[in-house]
Amino acid sequence: MQPSDRPPSGKITTKERLKIERQAMPEQDAGARAAGFGEVNLGFTEKVALMEAQRCLQCKEPKCVAGCPVMVNIPRFIQFIADGDLPGAARSLLGDNALPAITGRVCPQETQCEIECIRGLKGMSVAIGHLERFVADWASRHAGAVAVPPPPPTGKKIAIIGSGPAGLTAAGELVKRGHAVTVYEALHKPGGVLVYGIPEFRLPKKIVQEEVERLQKAGAAIECNVVIGRTYTLQELRARFDAIFIANGAGLPLFMNVPGENLKGVYSANEYLTRVNLMTAYKFPEADTPVLVGRRVAVVGGGNVAMDAVRTARRLGADTAMIVYRRTKKEMPARAEEIHHAEQEGIRFEFLVAPLEILGNDQRWVTGLKCLRMQLGEPDASGRRSPVPVPGSEFVIECDAVVVAIGSRANPLLTSTCPELNLNRNGNIAVNADGMTNLPGVFAGGDIVRGAATVILAMGDGKRAAQTIDRYLKKV
Amino acid sequence: MHPILSKKQLSPNVTRLDVRAPRIAEIRLPGQFVIVRRGEGAERIPLTIADADPAAGSITLVVQAVGKTTRDLVALNPGDVIQDISGPLGRPTDLMTSGRALCIGGGVGTAVIHPIAQGLHRRGVAVVSIIGGRSKEWVIFEEELRRLGQVIVCTDDGSHGRKGFVTDAAKDVLAGGGVDAVYAVGPVPMMRAVVAVTKPLGVQTIVSLNPVMVDGTGMCGGCRVSVGGETKFACVDGPEFDGHLVDFDLLWDRLGAYRTQEQESARHEEACRIGLKKPEVA
Repeated sequence: MQPSDRPPSGKITTKERLKIERQAMPEQDAGARAAGFGEVNLGFTEKVALMEAQRCLQCKEPKCVAGCPVMVNIPRFIQFIADGDLPGAARSLLGDNALPAITGRVCPQETQCEIECIRGLKGMSVAIGHLERFVADWASRHAGAVAVPPPPPTGKKIAIIGSGPAGLTAAGELVKRGHAVTVYEALHKPGGVLVYGIPEFRLPKKIVQEEVERLQKAGAAIECNVVIGRTYTLQELRARFDAIFIANGAGLPLFMNVPGENLKGVYSANEYLTRVNLMTAYKFPEADTPVLVGRRVAVVGGGNVAMDAVRTARRLGADTAMIVYRRTKKEMPARAEEIHHAEQEGIRFEFLVAPLEILGNDQRWVTGLKCLRMQLGEPDASGRRSPVPVPGSEFVIECDAVVVAIGSRANPLLTSTCPELNLNRNGNIAVNADGMTNLPGVFAGGDIVRGAATVILAMGDGKRAAQTIDRYLKKV
Repeated sequence: MHPILSKKQLSPNVTRLDVRAPRIAEIRLPGQFVIVRRGEGAERIPLTIADADPAAGSITLVVQAVGKTTRDLVALNPGDVIQDISGPLGRPTDLMTSGRALCIGGGVGTAVIHPIAQGLHRRGVAVVSIIGGRSKEWVIFEEELRRLGQVIVCTDDGSHGRKGFVTDAAKDVLAGGGVDAVYAVGPVPMMRAVVAVTKPLGVQTIVSLNPVMVDGTGMCGGCRVSVGGETKFACVDGPEFDGHLVDFDLLWDRLGAYRTQEQESARHEEACRIGLKKPEVA
């Protein structure tokens, strides 16, 4: 049964479909949520999901699918919802995407699938992301209804380095094909950036745990506390496995290299978020790991990580939690929904401002951020207008904590212990069109190849790598 | 899961735990550490691997009980488990291959000096160790170090060995000449004092730094230290550095970043102990 291969359900005409307005995602009240770490988006009910699913026009050549980095057959799973066949929707979605409860929450749909949606030309696109989340959450509650029989084992062994979005996706795709998969995770919990980086209020850790458990039930082995490059070298893994997928992420935080960056109260976004998310510092002192709770917190940067950090600061109790960004709102790389939620939660935005120095008192605690005003000049290589300093515009933003969220680079821990692996200029692993490195049987993907990107792009890499690894293993 | 195999109190606040960790025992090198997380809700903390027995599959951790996390660790008994141990982490010690080395250990730092002295001894380097503590009962690893060479013990009160600080003994040994390198591990003020002695003499001095860490893999940057004016991550660039270039003031300062929280944690622990509060996290 392939819903997208047949005409739209006879129950409803196109005219009727067009009349249905996009269903809003129920949200936790902005005031209440800024005080806690509960999830902001509450999810569609079945009734709302059915209504929204009926808005999909079931295009013969769906553009939304082309916009999806993991090529989910979007109209197909939506048609199953419209038909009231939720097990069918779940099987369809899970067949394409190993981690739908995660992508349904953190994907920038508005720039991927939904921007391509034909309904967006006149009005609002179908809420693909919200529907994906609805189906994924239904599937977690009805595991029995979506279980598929295990494939015959191929006898091939694959090691995956890193249990973030790329690694988990690759693991899911490879076990589906009958391969024996072992995932190595450096931290004590699987999930990578999904557990240390993305906050509870955006992606509850329970969701990640459920997705991980589903992969484990499907046969993927996950070993935590194993640091490849230290506990085992890549060469040792090569001797034990038929193929390797390196997906260890871009875990090396960038700092601004301005004076004062080693003052107490200055964090990398990685450290700040790891303390709060992975180590649950928001429960301190019930949990043992502390985090410095600033009264006035300045987060430097304009991406999703910066939004996560500033909204976390607000929830930890900062009176003023602000974004300091050198361009304007229009150039911010963060998702529209995150910026919108941040605004609702009373986050202050300091646009066209670049930090020059972090100021401290005689006890070496942060007291402020010395900044320069900027104006937008000519577009740079990225196509965004680059900020140019306004002469003589120095001023000070008072704050007692600074979180640096200006990006991260490839962590050299693994690559530095395997000199035969080819890297590019930035220290990222160089791969060919198939995602294979210069070492036969060793593949790489996600941020260690791309530099800091998004969860869904990493997942796309994981899915493609699994396909090429499968082909490679059939050849050798 | 890592069962505690044996436990021994070494000094009033220092405990030795032998823990099962076969892979780490097999490949660890002097100078390397592990990140330990006792269980759910516990902090991740770095602990130097003081010794290892590959045949028994065990590593030796030496823990000074100074805060809640370390108190919880030393409360463990044989048969209890440490949930997470990752490693071995950090760069191994840059061991010289000949000549004479002076190994200086202060307090719990003596346990960190031990694997370094062991490594040097194995390479045929003559090892002289100077170890110190407040009084006799605070001196640790004396026997182990005696197996590797001469040991000079210093106590503040003269109850064991010579009276005075390790730096006084170091000055005497260095004055005698023939020391090719100094390895010093201990409290920040001790390492700073040792460097103040060796720097004017131009004797190469390696120190092991103990900043606050979270992941131990270079991911968070919380352990940043300044060495020769450059910011380094102790977990991946260290933990050992050229002592003559280390900014000890910065290290000392950053080590105090969570002092208020440590007090809060201790109050909470006390409230839980006497039953005023129920711990939410086991």
